[in-house]
Amino acid sequence: MSAFTTLELGKTPLSWPESYGGEQQPRMGFFTDTSVCIGCKACEVACKEWNEVPEDGLHFSGESFDNTGSLSANSWRHVAFIEQPTRVDGAEASGGDLRWLMSSDVCKHCTHAACLDVCPTGALFRTEFGTVVVQQDVCNGCGYCVPACPFGVIGRREVEDLPEVGGEDVLGLGTTHKCTLCYDRLKDGMEPACAQACPTESIQFGPLDELRERAQERVDLLHEQGVAEADLYGESPDDGVGGFGAFFLLLDKPEVYGLPPDPIVPTRRLPEIWGAAFLAGAALAGSVLAAVAGGSQ
Amino acid sequence: MGSNMAECHPVGFQWVMEAKLRGAKIVHVDPRFTRTSALASSYVPIRAGSDIAFLGGIVNHILENGREFRDYVVNYTNAPVIINEGFKDTEDLDGFFSGWNEEKNRYDNSTWQYAGMRVRGAVQDEETALSGEAVGYGGHGAGLEHGEPPEEDPTLEHPRCVFQLLKRHYSRYTPERVAEICGCSKEQFLEVAEALCDNSGRERTSAFCYAVGWTQHTIGVQIIRTAAIVQLLLGNMGRTGGGIMALRGHTSIQGSTDIPTLFNILPGYIPMAHAHAKQTLAEFVEMNASPTGWWGRLDAYMVSLLKAYFGARATAENDFCFDYLPRIDGDHSTYQAALGMLEGSVKGFFLFGENPAVGSANSRLHRMAMANLEWLVVRDLVEIESASFWHDAPELETGELRTAEIPTEVFLLPAASHVEKNGSFTNTQRLLQWHFKAVEPAGDCRSDLWFVYHLALRIREKLAASDDPRDRPLLDLEWHYPTEGPLEDPSADAVLREISGWDADGRAVSSFAELKPDGSTACGCWIYSGCYAGEVNQSARKRPGQEQSWVAPEWGWAWPSNRRILYNRASADPSGKPWSERKKYVWWDEQQARWVGHDAPDFTADKPPGYVPQTGAKADEAIRGDRPFIMQADGRGWLFVPSGLVDGPFPTHFEPQESPFQNPLYGQQSNPARQQLRHRLSPFNPTAGEPGADAYPYVLTTFRLTEHHTAGGMTRTVPFLAEIQPEMFCEVSPALAAERGLENGGWATIVTARTAIEARVLVTDRLAPLVVQGRPLLQVAVPWHWGTRGLSTGESANDLFGLALDPNVQIQEVRGATCDIRPGRRPRGRALRELVESYPHEQVHAR
Repeated sequence: MSAFTTLELGKTPLSWPESYGGEQQPRMGFFTDTSVCIGCKACEVACKEWNEVPEDGLHFSGESFDNTGSLSANSWRHVAFIEQPTRVDGAEASGGDLRWLMSSDVCKHCTHAACLDVCPTGALFRTEFGTVVVQQDVCNGCGYCVPACPFGVIGRREVEDLPEVGGEDVLGLGTTHKCTLCYDRLKDGMEPACAQACPTESIQFGPLDELRERAQERVDLLHEQGVAEADLYGESPDDGVGGFGAFFLLLDKPEVYGLPPDPIVPTRRLPEIWGAAFLAGAALAGSVLAAVAGGSQ
Repeated sequence: MGSNMAECHPVGFQWVMEAKLRGAKIVHVDPRFTRTSALASSYVPIRAGSDIAFLGGIVNHILENGREFRDYVVNYTNAPVIINEGFKDTEDLDGFFSGWNEEKNRYDNSTWQYAGMRVRGAVQDEETALSGEAVGYGGHGAGLEHGEPPEEDPTLEHPRCVFQLLKRHYSRYTPERVAEICGCSKEQFLEVAEALCDNSGRERTSAFCYAVGWTQHTIGVQIIRTAAIVQLLLGNMGRTGGGIMALRGHTSIQGSTDIPTLFNILPGYIPMAHAHAKQTLAEFVEMNASPTGWWGRLDAYMVSLLKAYFGARATAENDFCFDYLPRIDGDHSTYQAALGMLEGSVKGFFLFGENPAVGSANSRLHRMAMANLEWLVVRDLVEIESASFWHDAPELETGELRTAEIPTEVFLLPAASHVEKNGSFTNTQRLLQWHFKAVEPAGDCRSDLWFVYHLALRIREKLAASDDPRDRPLLDLEWHYPTEGPLEDPSADAVLREISGWDADGRAVSSFAELKPDGSTACGCWIYSGCYAGEVNQSARKRPGQEQSWVAPEWGWAWPSNRRILYNRASADPSGKPWSERKKYVWWDEQQARWVGHDAPDFTADKPPGYVPQTGAKADEAIRGDRPFIMQADGRGWLFVPSGLVDGPFPTHFEPQESPFQNPLYGQQSNPARQQLRHRLSPFNPTAGEPGADAYPYVLTTFRLTEHHTAGGMTRTVPFLAEIQPEMFCEVSPALAAERGLENGGWATIVTARTAIEARVLVTDRLAPLVVQGRPLLQVAVPWHWGTRGLSTGESANDLFGLALDPNVQIQEVRGATCDIRPGRRPRGRALRELVESYPHEQVHAR
């Protein structure tokens, strides 16, 4: 039984990795350990440099050091900054009573990827590494994938979002964009740009199985050191998207970082929905038929 | 402390994270809760400018509780040395040491000497006393007859021994006082002091990392000195895991002090000669170095340098062309130069990789100064603000400058970037690492090496027929370097080989120990000697860490002589055995009768631990076998500095030039020896106790962001960097925002006596309000990366600061001043000056 199933009506789904025959590769992913993230944003910059993702505005947000805001067509890595007072109520104020969480967010490369499921053109596909990639030359810009993503990762590149560059020579306007896990680099045996640029190994790249093991060891160590709140997010294949290809170690609840606590692939119930629709259609057709037949009598 | 390492040195910070992973405790002490604080094990907030109080408190804590590493202190520091009877401490003179000359505004250090020691005239000389560097940088001074001080008390009980003087000097720096001055809690301070003591000694070591958060004060050098005292008392110098790491402002800043871009030193920290004294080379050497310790070979270093400069033309008969060297006749530091431009005495200026219109304190004054030059050469990657001021300086808007009236002819020359040239970087650990050219420079871009080499060739061509004696130095300069490639770039490799030096047969030397004073050797920088040993560019070695020992001696090359930890003889006890098995590093091997270990021993290899010098011994032969600090005249770490600093032998807490608080420890408010450069463009805010001080109630400090680099020329021009910190802003606490009606994301105007600038407001709990001397203190913090050019533009934080400098090294105080802050944008045009002039400030008529 494969880790992935894709929906193709009327056919038995052909799934990764079998779909790649001899070209299949181990599933590759990211483990982002936010406990060592220093918020340098080298990942954001390296990603944009390598993937030619355009600059999308010089706007001061006033939200801690986060001037990126969110993942989008023009930001495939996003470092969140969360300033948290840690003072216990009633205790005397002290300048050290503060926690500053930093976390580099990225496309999760879900096991059950809704973006891919809803794509009508086949622009979104699963690579031999088990990652999910958009092909801009196939994408027709319908945007179905945008609301389908439970994390708000993928977006359509619009001219109005690129005030500084004017959109003149920007690649893929009107089509959707997101992290490719540096598919081109992976093909050449290189690691993704963000992981290579990360100075503290907060972003770790590798075969997903290995990353999951390493992550568990890290959580155990942090628990040993008294960091009870450390927990993994998205490593479990039993979650609503079948586990992330890019998962996280967080130091607080996912919602604190702007991440959904219990993401569910919206297409999970698609077979039932289609089934119900089919039954409803059949019933309707049947009753019409019956009415026509009755009328003619 | 004094460093925001995670943000300013993120790549180096990976090793701090690695240490944390292995169980190290990371403590961050800083006015702001930064990305470094976020990753530290604990964070302690302090008021900007109160570092000596905090560190002095640690010294007091160590001494009061007997936490010093006694064996180390007695043998390896000058703690037992008895000081001159005439010495008076700041405790005796309410903030002054003995020797203060009110009229000349400086110290005479003759009473600071070791008891029974002859005071050399040189140190007292009018000219050499112009700046600390003439006698500083490792203390070339202290003319001991032989390595050992004349009088000492190994029991450390003598009332005039350094140990007792130190104890008395810091006796009032109690935890309560620290909390009162710094604004942290007593508990927070004690936690740090205890952590340091617990993690020091035979089995454990602790390190300090600092950066310009310590240096950019009128007491900057003394802050670092206080850390040195702490580390010497705890036995953390010369040992693995110990030390004081100076994190540099940018690439090869270490290199540009070693082979200096400073006005008062020559390569290898050799002082510049002064114009006033008509000296022979021998007199210069006699005057500028101690006969004992490794500076005792200054003659060999100096003659070898002159041979590198003038080659065969430098002979014993002509004093090796010593007269050819330029002389200094005063303070020619960057700020004096700017005042000289305003006065008209400095007419031309070269700028290589520097952007004073944004990056220097009172950058407004620098723009006005450069607008008064005849010519200005700017070599940079882009048109930086120091090249564009004539058409876009903010002073055009206020009417203080008019483009048509600016006489300066600006030559903007495109520079090659580091990937377009060969060369070396010297990092903070004195490690030289070679970088290789990846591509030829585009268009007219050229390397700095190309520019200087070809400029000299062209000038010499013009002077070829000259018989004017003043042109001789240039014409006699040994100036032959092979060139490479289509652009005729001089070989950087050949330059490095000259820096390393060669012997009488022209073979590359392997160490400065081979340099001779007879003219048979040449060496461009004695401390770098050996970086081309064996005719190999040692700095280009890149053997991976996994393929060599953990010290990694074959990655690059560290000066001196590839030693990775300086003074590492201190890692062994006086008898030469490691202090502990766990911290074993360099030790004496009886059988081989040599110093051996993981690193190259920073000691004469075959000098036994029991070696005692004969009376009259010179240079390294005057240093005992159990004295690791071989650059000092007595081979000891100096807790007390008899010579080499112009503002005192012990660090003392002084308030910044501008402070909302009076000094609670002494009657003297600020460092009496600090340099105060006054100009009508650079008045000071009134400080605590002066009328008008209340107008500037907040402490102002600057900082840097990971997203931008220094004055921004390399980052505000890059879209992916500009967008992640897109606008100039200021950080304030919610309390300050409430007090002044500032809105997060809105605008604020920050005012000092110099000018007012506007910035976006970032309200954050990270800049915590503190309680200092029983009063609440609010701070304003500003990044200093912005200027008028590039994709992301903004006002320059450095415009706000005056010119109060550290007297030893002429570094500006931009880490602790005072200001006012108001909601909204600043007034435009002439109204800006009217706003600033409505605030109290001193009237400066001079200049």
